[in-house]
Amino acid sequence: MTTARIDARFAALKAQGRAGFVAYVMAGDPDAETALAILRGLPGAGADLIEVGFPFSDPMAEGPPVQRAAQRGLKAGMTLKGTLELIRRFREGDAETPVILMGYLNPLDTWGLEPFARAAAEAGVDGLIIVDCPPEEAGPLVAALEAADLSLIRLATPTTDDKRLPAVVKGTSGFVYYVSVAGVTGVKEADAAAVAPAVARVKAASGLPVAVGFGIKTPERAAEVARVADAVVVGSALVDEVAAGLEMNEDVTTRVLNKAAALAKGVRGAREGRKDGDG
Amino acid sequence: MNKPLPNDYSAWPDANGRFGEFGGRYVAETLMPLVLDLDAAYAAAKADEGFKAELGSLRTHYIGRPSALYFAERLTEVYGGAKIYLKREELNHTGSHKINNAVGQILLARRMGKTRIIAETGAGQHGVATATVCARFGLPCVVYMGATDVERQKPNVFRMNLLGAEVRPVTSGTATLKDAMNEAMRDWVTNVADTYYLIGTAAGPHPYPAMVRDFQAVIGQETKEQILAAEGRLPDAVVACIGGGSNAIGMFHPFLTDDGVRLIGVEAAGHGIETGAHAASLTGGRPGVLHGNRTYLLQSDDGQILDAHSISAGLDYPGIGPEHSFLHDVGRAEYISATDQEALAAFQQCAELEGIIPALEPAHALARLPEIAREVGKHGVVVLLMSGRGDKDVNAVAEHLGRRI
Ligand SMILES: Cc1ncc(COP(=O)(O)O)c(C=O)c1O
Repeated sequence: MTTARIDARFAALKAQGRAGFVAYVMAGDPDAETALAILRGLPGAGADLIEVGFPFSDPMAEGPPVQRAAQRGLKAGMTLKGTLELIRRFREGDAETPVILMGYLNPLDTWGLEPFARAAAEAGVDGLIIVDCPPEEAGPLVAALEAADLSLIRLATPTTDDKRLPAVVKGTSGFVYYVSVAGVTGVKEADAAAVAPAVARVKAASGLPVAVGFGIKTPERAAEVARVADAVVVGSALVDEVAAGLEMNEDVTTRVLNKAAALAKGVRGAREGRKDGDG
Repeated sequence: MNKPLPNDYSAWPDANGRFGEFGGRYVAETLMPLVLDLDAAYAAAKADEGFKAELGSLRTHYIGRPSALYFAERLTEVYGGAKIYLKREELNHTGSHKINNAVGQILLARRMGKTRIIAETGAGQHGVATATVCARFGLPCVVYMGATDVERQKPNVFRMNLLGAEVRPVTSGTATLKDAMNEAMRDWVTNVADTYYLIGTAAGPHPYPAMVRDFQAVIGQETKEQILAAEGRLPDAVVACIGGGSNAIGMFHPFLTDDGVRLIGVEAAGHGIETGAHAASLTGGRPGVLHGNRTYLLQSDDGQILDAHSISAGLDYPGIGPEHSFLHDVGRAEYISATDQEALAAFQQCAELEGIIPALEPAHALARLPEIAREVGKHGVVVLLMSGRGDKDVNAVAEHLGRRI
């Protein structure tokens, strides 16, 4: 399976001796055009990879910030088809930044896994994270994505023990997403000290780069995690900027991109002054 | 491995929790190890004589089982068809079938060493049942309940509080049962070490659909013995209402291999299936994935889950347990529906003719009884599952009838 864009990006990060910054935004939040402007601005603000959430009515693993973002997206009429259209338009101006779709199985299932996978690949998607599709249920999804040269990014969590980890990362590509807290997005804070050994464990089991997310909200925390992980994912703190922008009647795109730039700075500066490379 | 024979409908689910294409374990990775643990713990408990004895004793002395099978003479007379029997689950402790499942799962939670119990509830009957067993065993209990349901089922909210449970109103999404279930899942994923999620219906990730069914199957098992004793034969049909499907599957399951027994589930048609404002997942939905299982769901063309509507909070759910989806597709059970208005009329008729105030949920099953009784005919026998009593609904019904109480 080719995961060219993702592999190239992690190779470049490694060469630069730094962790990547992964920005999560919700498609259609607060509307399709603003979401596109945000997407277009993210690489310039320092995002090395972009995760695009597609809204679902019942996001069981999300805390309030992403729940509200999904509600705003749905209210603005965003769909899975609309999400791919957004990415297609983003790709007109950016051929390098990997784009990972993140969401829940039912919208894909409704579309049909194979036609969806073809459409996603055509739009310029590189990989998918499907929160409610554990390895035990992923057979049909993996087959459909592989046929379209897309990766299914797997999630490892604090409850994934050594017995289970090999099954979780088996046959995976691109990178592994380590969920740093047992909980929903955007509530508990990640404990950087506990993250380091977990990242090492997942790396050893998968042989892939490890991105860490859930519970990273500030540039400081992002920097801490960036010292021990290959990439740092921030979502809730970015979608909260959309909410704040709407509430205060400020330019949403500027707010989100400013926040992204601050987080990216934290990640990029994390290993400066340390001579021991990326470990 | 142990794939059940295609025509032995009672042998499902398979080892992966599948009823045909339905069921499964569609949960976040964080929950997956917990769901697998639960599966193993339940398999061990099921085979353990001590567990069975404890469950049996609580059924007899705490729930008050067996529940009566009662010949409803006046309903039979008025409908002019088959003899109608009511399986009186409304006489159970706490007033519904929900306690059968709550007692089973609390024993399992204790065996697993869990120290905190969470649950979702719609009508509040499952919340009350869970709060009750938590009080009985001294465990802290948090019940998630849609804010809309908190409003329409106030007496049950107070009952849960009296029993020492904390009721957390859920305002996310549409603030009804499906959102309460989302919120309970979010709690579970956040409190993985000590918390047991006591799901109230035969849905959710495997093993819940099979486990809840097993705990409710006592209804069908007793019915079988009782009707054989009363009539010397099996019924022609059994009828039950469908929310998530736990009371119905509890009645259906012991009859699955009795080909002559029609299994009839009644979904909530709300304002009418054609209006879109209903809760009839099998009649008006299509298969998809929600709350850990593949099953029939009310959903949009884009795969967004739609709001259900029913006068009855306990039926107001856009999904259904996966075993019903299976029985529907293979044709072993029949699924029909009744509207809000039909349920209200049946609610009053049952109260007036039999001196039994039913819950609004089984009132939906009652609403379809006249046709079923006539179809089966004079010499036939029909058993209706009276899943709960109507005390919790009197305020809502009074309002619908334009009365102030
Ligand atoms: C009395 C009664 N019957 C039926 C139901 C519906 O649930 P299920 O379909 O799981 O039996 C409820 C749910 O709250 C209930 O309270």
